[in-house]
Amino acid sequence: MMQTTSTIPFSAQAETPWVLPHRGIVGMACLIMAESAIFLIFVVAYIYYIGKSLSGPMPAQVLELPIPSTVCLLSSSATVHFAVSALRKNNIRSCTLWMAGTVLLGAVFLMFTAREWYHLIHDIGLTIRTNLFGTTFYSLVGLHATHVVIGLIMLTIALALLLGGRVKEKHAERLEVLSLYWHFVDGVWVVVFLVVYVLGR
Amino acid sequence: MANATPVLEAIDQTLETKRRPPLDVVYEWVSTVDHKKIGLMYIAYALLFLLIGGFEAVLIRIQLAVPNNHFVSPQVFNRLFTMHGTTMVFFMGMPILFGFGNYLVPLMIGARDMAFPRLNAFSFWISAFGGMLLYFSYLGGDGLYGMGSAPDVGWFAYAPLTAKVFSPGHSTDYWTLSLLLTGIGTTGTALNIMTTTICMRCKGMKLSRMPLFVWLMVVTSFLVFVAVSPLTAAQIMLTLDRYLGAHFFDTQAGGSAVLWMHFFWIFGHPEVYILVLPAFGFVSEILPVFSRKAIFGYPAMVAASVAIGFISLSVWAHHMFTVGMGPAGNTFFVFATMVISVPTGIKIFNWLATLWGGKIIFKVPMMFCLAFLFQFLVAGLTGIMLSAAPFNWQLSGSYFVIAHFHYVLVGAIVTALFGAFYYWYPKVTGRMMSETLGKWHFWLFIIGFHLTFDVMHIPGLLGMPRRIYTYEAGRGWETLNLIIGIGALFQTVGTLIFVYNMVRSHKRGEIAGHDPWDAWTLEWATPSPPPAYNFAVEPTVRSRRPLWDLKHPEDQDENYE
Amino acid sequence: MYHSSRLPGGGTAWSPTNIFDPAATPAHSIFGLSMLVLSVTLAIFLLVAGLLLYVLIRYRERPSDSEREPAQVYGSNQIELSWTVIPILIVVMLFLSTTRVILETEAAPKPSGALDVAVIGHQFWWEYRYPKLGVVTANELHVPISDPAKPTPTYLALSSADTDHSFWVPRLAGKTDLIPNRLNTMWIDPQEPGLYLGQCAQYCGTQHAKMLLRVYAQSPEDFAAWIKQQQRSAEENFSGNAAAAEGRTVFMHSACINCHTVAGTVATGRFGPDLTHLASRDTIASGPVQNTAENLRKWIADPNSMKPGVLMPSMHLNDHDLDVITAYLTTLH
Repeated sequence: MMQTTSTIPFSAQAETPWVLPHRGIVGMACLIMAESAIFLIFVVAYIYYIGKSLSGPMPAQVLELPIPSTVCLLSSSATVHFAVSALRKNNIRSCTLWMAGTVLLGAVFLMFTAREWYHLIHDIGLTIRTNLFGTTFYSLVGLHATHVVIGLIMLTIALALLLGGRVKEKHAERLEVLSLYWHFVDGVWVVVFLVVYVLGR
Repeated sequence: MANATPVLEAIDQTLETKRRPPLDVVYEWVSTVDHKKIGLMYIAYALLFLLIGGFEAVLIRIQLAVPNNHFVSPQVFNRLFTMHGTTMVFFMGMPILFGFGNYLVPLMIGARDMAFPRLNAFSFWISAFGGMLLYFSYLGGDGLYGMGSAPDVGWFAYAPLTAKVFSPGHSTDYWTLSLLLTGIGTTGTALNIMTTTICMRCKGMKLSRMPLFVWLMVVTSFLVFVAVSPLTAAQIMLTLDRYLGAHFFDTQAGGSAVLWMHFFWIFGHPEVYILVLPAFGFVSEILPVFSRKAIFGYPAMVAASVAIGFISLSVWAHHMFTVGMGPAGNTFFVFATMVISVPTGIKIFNWLATLWGGKIIFKVPMMFCLAFLFQFLVAGLTGIMLSAAPFNWQLSGSYFVIAHFHYVLVGAIVTALFGAFYYWYPKVTGRMMSETLGKWHFWLFIIGFHLTFDVMHIPGLLGMPRRIYTYEAGRGWETLNLIIGIGALFQTVGTLIFVYNMVRSHKRGEIAGHDPWDAWTLEWATPSPPPAYNFAVEPTVRSRRPLWDLKHPEDQDENYE
Repeated sequence: MYHSSRLPGGGTAWSPTNIFDPAATPAHSIFGLSMLVLSVTLAIFLLVAGLLLYVLIRYRERPSDSEREPAQVYGSNQIELSWTVIPILIVVMLFLSTTRVILETEAAPKPSGALDVAVIGHQFWWEYRYPKLGVVTANELHVPISDPAKPTPTYLALSSADTDHSFWVPRLAGKTDLIPNRLNTMWIDPQEPGLYLGQCAQYCGTQHAKMLLRVYAQSPEDFAAWIKQQQRSAEENFSGNAAAAEGRTVFMHSACINCHTVAGTVATGRFGPDLTHLASRDTIASGPVQNTAENLRKWIADPNSMKPGVLMPSMHLNDHDLDVITAYLTTLH
């Protein structure tokens, strides 16, 4: 027996407007919480193994502060923020430019990382299996780089949609959700920078 | 069966009553994004693994029924206990509880579906694939009688036993990868539940008016975010060790076996709370209805649940008291573990107080909830025994621990689950399960449970360690192991009766109507089974028990909250 | 030719591995704490289960009940406060008692008369080294009894050569794990001579179940005699017949020497148990098999038939070689 009328009385208007948070933002916050926990474990492993390598190159000998790449990545947080603000004001052109800037800066960051790894692997011979430093360094920085790649793919898709004229002011909230992910990736980099390049050396 | 259906209903019913081509039905289920169907798929899938995992347990008990038995080889036995534990935790416990959560949460908060229906479907299918992958391991390697390449490292896979050198071949990798996949699925579902609860409650349903089951699913989801990820991280590290020569847990290169233990138990302890909190939720919904009273102390119940969630993140190393952490480390974890007993005790007392002064109706769902109360009390008390570190130095790694955690997993969680099945089956199918068969199920299962798990504490006290494929005669363990095995048979029969009851009642059960138990939460306001859209009109609620308000206009709950 | 002075067994008639039958100080301390914890939890159980039973009887639905719902009680601040505060007090009490026992055991000062033994766990046997006495043996641990007036406990330094293991002899102490790349310590001080049984308590692989523990607590005189005997090399000890002599030759020319040590000979392998005094042990295969010539021969012929999954391979020796090697090994007292 099915009834299509509800047995709950409904009032035409509630006492106060019933407003709940946006699904995308809450969902992204949950994802960020889960991802932070993964990164935290890799960071804990890194810190635990500082100074415990039995052999091989030590961080102080081979690592240099990655200032240019950091500047790029952190700036890209600013550019994506401006992209979202522009979209909220219905300024599609401005949004597109800022988004392009974000993708470019992210790609430059990856390029710097690739160069650093090439140097470490080819010239110094440090790999993930060399010692505990190699293991924890490549896994932590690599995990972060993987997240950068995923974020860049998403940002590039957004850029392509912008260029194709498919993005409107009403999509601002969704773009903000994506930007939250990107801010998270940058936040993780701050932690990685401090732990690997400052504390660990 | 009543046939007087108004025209409106006839329109809705047309699609349901015509026989549809089987392929259509399959396609509908495979491609569904409806939370109710996905919930049911999780539950069906979990029941399948309950039977398989149970079968593995029966084989274990047969091997251990007498000393120096040769029923299975040590290699097969080691695979059996590994698969039994892994299956029951990850492919029975998690899916079945998230299946119930999936089905009930949107209904209880007056929502139309989950916040991210497609993510919901994806989460189910990736978890299901994980289960299939784990069981595929039986078919590889040496073949089925050699139990293939099924993992044999124990469900918590301690390092360095899982290193390539001690576990060659791919058995460990099946363990790692299948759990990695199911972890992704679980995280997706938790994300859905959290977002749905925060963003899609119906009008008037403030957080303080949500059913306790929903609150408990929220805390559970939070725990999933924070606790499942460490396992994912540790498994990535293990795979890097095994395939790229990394040294995370490679003791020969200076790595630490204890680090794996920390990471695993940072996941593993909250995991058991992830499993038990939804069970608390079931009992908190069912107990009041069959006592005919509101739950006693709703705010305290919420606070206790949240407290348990947070404290559970700080107790993990009580699984590691024998590892040599030193007095400071041991003392801290003793303290944290004992502290968690306070909010847990509060919940037990609140349930008792709900019963007090009520009108207790002994229908099958309630019988299971009452068994839960008694059994969870015992489980909690043996937990307190285990929390006293020096006592733990004797008890850990022994059959006492196995008895304790099965008391929680079977005596509390599975028991509450059975209650939940009988309680919500009418909502899902529109028919009641048989009370008579239910009572047979109840008594056989409970007798079997106590035969097995009450007795199982004793070999532990007499020095029997866990994970041994056989044991020496003359230690006083023989008769006890035999009784334990007999109890397993009772539980098997009880469970089979339960499965039969479910299948039979689907076509032959009494028609349920929309509210057969005279209950008070929103899911009972929908037809049984609910239409795809759940509520024709979004409800507005003014208290924790909207249907109580409707049925008792002279004494509405909102006057007291 | 040395044998333990007590027959195997010990403990209650019920079980030789009963944690409630302590025979050394750590086990005694734990026993005391466990009695306290059991009493408290039993009291809680009786109270709460009793209440539950009472409630189910008193408030069950009766046919005479009206259709009216009972009074709806939503909570009570005082009651809820009391059942928060009282458990907190119980927790504090239990915590303090527990901490005391932790310190008593783990932070106990080490007496000057203590004996040091290094225990190294292997898949699936126990290696024992007495560093200050120059003794290396396997699978059967001998310790002196300890007199409370002048304590001579045995301090075990625990580590592992491969996977995790755990040393658990319930009547003597709680268990402590043996973890590679990590040093753990524990101590035991049995006061009565006898044989104390246990087994590995951390899953370590296929034959975890048969990695048994045998601890022989001996009077100071007996222990000193045992040590003296264990300190002799095999060559000093050799008193065999022709078959044993031939067996010695075969043994020293076979792969056995790659894994096993016989002190004073070319056999210096460390992967398997030290065999220098094999014949002085009651059991082989780390506990489950009695040490008789017949069992020994069967073991050497095919260890996997007696302990499937053991890491010692079959040596594929012919019958004659098996006979003579067995004859040789039985001279290794």
